[in-house]
Amino acid sequence: MQYMILCHETPADFARRDNPAEAGTYWAGWSAYGATLAQAGVFVSGAGLLPPATAATVRIRATGRTVQDGPFAEVKEHLGGFFLIEVPDMDAALDWAARAPSSATGSTEVRPVLAMPG
Amino acid sequence: MTPPAPDAAQAAAERAVRAAYGRLVALLAARNCDLAAAEDALSEALRAALETWPRRGVPDRPEAWLMTAAKRAAGHARARAATAAAALPDLTLLTDEASAMPDAFPDHRLGLLFACTHPAIDPGTQTPLMLQAVLGLSAERIAGAFLISPATMGQRLSRAKTRLREAGARFSRPDPDEIGPRLPQVMEAVLAAAALGWEAVPGSDPARADLASEAIYLAELLADLTPDQPEPKGLLSLILHIRAREPARNGQYLAVFEQDTALWDHRMIHRADRLLADAAAMGHFGRFQCEAAIQSVHSEGAMLGRTNWPALATLHAALDRLSPSLGGATAAAAVTLELDGPKAALAALDALTGAQGFQPWWALRAEALARMGDKVGQAQALHRAMGLTGDAALRAWLAARLSQASQRS
Repeated sequence: MQYMILCHETPADFARRDNPAEAGTYWAGWSAYGATLAQAGVFVSGAGLLPPATAATVRIRATGRTVQDGPFAEVKEHLGGFFLIEVPDMDAALDWAARAPSSATGSTEVRPVLAMPG
Repeated sequence: MTPPAPDAAQAAAERAVRAAYGRLVALLAARNCDLAAAEDALSEALRAALETWPRRGVPDRPEAWLMTAAKRAAGHARARAATAAAALPDLTLLTDEASAMPDAFPDHRLGLLFACTHPAIDPGTQTPLMLQAVLGLSAERIAGAFLISPATMGQRLSRAKTRLREAGARFSRPDPDEIGPRLPQVMEAVLAAAALGWEAVPGSDPARADLASEAIYLAELLADLTPDQPEPKGLLSLILHIRAREPARNGQYLAVFEQDTALWDHRMIHRADRLLADAAAMGHFGRFQCEAAIQSVHSEGAMLGRTNWPALATLHAALDRLSPSLGGATAAAAVTLELDGPKAALAALDALTGAQGFQPWWALRAEALARMGDKVGQAQALHRAMGLTGDAALRAWLAARLSQASQRS
């Protein structure tokens, strides 16, 4: 089964990326996590995302098309990156999600991937 | 009795249930051989208490009142397959009746602990079942500790209770000759509960740190209920030794030798050592006494500033015979590192199979490589260890070592 690990980070987490005193530890945590997923043979794909301020959101309604600066909703935590993993079950996926650095500061969501027929 | 404020009645009811939960569930389950029904009856009794006590006052013996109410609820549930709400009018009369009951109930908690490790129950569910049946922890809280979704945990627990009923599990106090064969499994499940608490660094995850206190309660209970057995004393000693160091960790991860031993709970350590001595006097050495002895040597070493490594080597060799495990073998390699140097420790680590996903294996490997001057290897191993821990405090400790390693190279 494939599971998507969605890493939601706080504004403080995003700020650590650019703070010289903290950036080293911040990135070391993520690179260790990604490398460990790969070495455990569960990594399918994944990427980090630039901060939410760089986002733009598109909507098409009857009144026409709008493009809005920023992420789709004002929330306390924003998606900072994701991993797609291949593991036997939800328990195993939760076990990996708990090791993501975002679990200790923001939150890490686990979603089973919809199996496509055929 | 003057009617107290609703909050006070609720607090009194909750205190009574908390203190008596395992005893009451065990007794009810022993009568009916149905754990789920016993829990339902007790929660029905609690609901009745919350309706009655604010009006009639908190009874002198809340535990006895709850027991009588729960027995009636169970009786009504069985007889009429109806909810015990019908019994509510009777319950207002219970206060005086219950006060006349003797103080002590027969203690069936040992039977309950043993029932939780019944062969019909999947080993992975035995510890969660114990936490719920004996301590009354909610499925949500147990799910958090075991990293399982609450819905799944709820299903597993209710399936386990159905299995127990179908298997005709006995909940009454086991006969002395029945205790021996099943005791190791019961102790294993109590240790698993404790490990959940102490793997969490205090401060980083309060829900799991609480679990350490609950596990001590279970271990105390087991040691009290089996006074003629040495291994439950060893188990309690082990858990107390580790718990005693907690004040020195103060929300961070620190290895034993890095901790300020003045902050340790020395009375707890003294008690742990006395328990171990009592157990040893019984003349049957075992796995839990061995693990407690290892922790005792570590504590003494940190306090004296000089660790008795040869004693640890002997104890680890004994532990490997009594109960081989990856964690034990990795800890033994740490002793090898001190006694025989990094080459021997690396050889011991390389000899272990299935260790690639085990964080302590990588952390020790990093230390051995550092002592051989291999900075690159050390950094790689620290990186792997970091990726394998879910503990933010331990990750920070490993990251600090990693940054030291790259600065020195």
